[in-house]
Amino acid sequence: MKRAIITVVGKDTVGIIAKVCTYLSEANVNVLDISQTIVSGYFNMMMVVDVSGSTRDFGTLADELTAVGEGIGVVIHIQSEDIFDMMHRI
Amino acid sequence: MISRREIQETNRMIAEMNLDVRTITMGISLFDCIDSDITVLCDNIYQKITTLAKDLVKIGDEIAKEYGIPVVNKRISVTPIGLIGASACKTEDDFVKIAKALDRAAKTVGINFIGGYSALVAKGMTKAEEMLLKSIPEALCVTDVVCSSVNVGSTKTGINMDAVRLMGHVIKETAERTKDNDSIGCAKLVVFCNAPDDNPFMAGAFHGVTEADSIINVGVSGPGVVKKALEQARGKDFEFLCETIKKTAFKITRVGQLVAKRASERLNVPFGIVDLSLAPTPAVGDSVAEILQEIGLEYPGAPGTTAALALLNDQVKKGGIMASSYVGGLSGAFIPVSEDRGMIEAVQKGCLTLEKLEAMTCVCSVGLDMIAIPGKTSADTISGIIADEMAIGMINQKTTAVRLIPVIGKDVGDNAEFGGLLGYAPIMPVNPYSCSSFVNRAGRIPAPVHSFKN
Repeated sequence: MKRAIITVVGKDTVGIIAKVCTYLSEANVNVLDISQTIVSGYFNMMMVVDVSGSTRDFGTLADELTAVGEGIGVVIHIQSEDIFDMMHRI
Repeated sequence: MISRREIQETNRMIAEMNLDVRTITMGISLFDCIDSDITVLCDNIYQKITTLAKDLVKIGDEIAKEYGIPVVNKRISVTPIGLIGASACKTEDDFVKIAKALDRAAKTVGINFIGGYSALVAKGMTKAEEMLLKSIPEALCVTDVVCSSVNVGSTKTGINMDAVRLMGHVIKETAERTKDNDSIGCAKLVVFCNAPDDNPFMAGAFHGVTEADSIINVGVSGPGVVKKALEQARGKDFEFLCETIKKTAFKITRVGQLVAKRASERLNVPFGIVDLSLAPTPAVGDSVAEILQEIGLEYPGAPGTTAALALLNDQVKKGGIMASSYVGGLSGAFIPVSEDRGMIEAVQKGCLTLEKLEAMTCVCSVGLDMIAIPGKTSADTISGIIADEMAIGMINQKTTAVRLIPVIGKDVGDNAEFGGLLGYAPIMPVNPYSCSSFVNRAGRIPAPVHSFKN
């Protein structure tokens, strides 16, 4: 399993999760966990995903998710989970 | 499982506090390129660099994308050319040919600086090394991305004053040759005492003779992150202050360790070291001076500055050392003037002087860095400033360096503009009294008594 963290931040609107998940499904990326909050109209979501079966390489996933985000008016990042583990776990 | 708060903390560091990996530097040994024919030597050097480092930029960019953190620079350091060219170079022009080959190779692989146009002359100079030193002004003038460094002293050997004297003239001539661009050639030239073999930062990087065939060294940076973290320490005691710096340095360095390991795996080149430096840029919120202000100084240069910097430097090391399996390079806080908005402001306010900067170099990494001085400053005076800084390094068993820019045609009150990461700097006054009779003595300063530990 190769886990990555997707963060989605932006103004709340209809269908953000649907659009992100549709894309992930097309790319064969499995969603392991989702948490989401809305504060003062701002949407903030984090997903833990498994990219080991992905049909795209990591760079392509990152570029295409950015494009999906631009289509909805939110900012989407995908990062390998290692960076968070390294920084916050000994 | 990583928490939402931790994810947000990391991403805020990157997005809002300028956390980045400052450089992935590939060290490449050129010993197996040596030939007595200068054309063959230059070809060998070009081939080796462009073969070993062909994927350096691509892999650096891939890692940046995968972790969502900028990898700002991809660079190369090579074995000091004073050694590599010794057999082939019969004239200064021959050395310049090697500089051009390095420049071509660097441009082919797409890196932004290549370091190692260097000589290690702490005790004495070979004929070849003396030629290399004399060729530096021309080499830096006819190339774009080649950086040069000269180690003129060490705790073990003392200070080679013949080289110090020569470097005063080399710096002055380099300034003259690039006077149309505010003498920017001098920004690519560093004079060292106790130069480390594995420094990934330019302009002083070279691949030391103690190193393997090739190696990956990484320099991390994050003065903005430390500054932001210290906002919570306002009014708190020294224990809280120091713990905050340590924890932050640990987190910053972990990112460097991760990037270094990944780069090493993917390039199939051994991991060397992580350099734990706080390296500022002229960008807002990326300043070591602002950390000193957050610690409690109105401006850097005020009384207390040396103590505050000593504390900062030590805590950065304590936090970083546990975060990386191998720490090396320069590791500490950098205090370049032109590359740090807060330092520039302190100079403009009249708070920070050359003498105070010299005192600060006793307790932090490196030395008098990116300081613009009047173009009329004599070569002997520059040599005197170098000698002082080298003495600090020699006696305190630490690395010190000098990167001065005598800006030809400008004087105190003017500004020098270097552009980009090199920034801009107000011309600082230099003590006008002469040291000519001192620096013109031939020979070397003997090694200090505490070097005899055998």
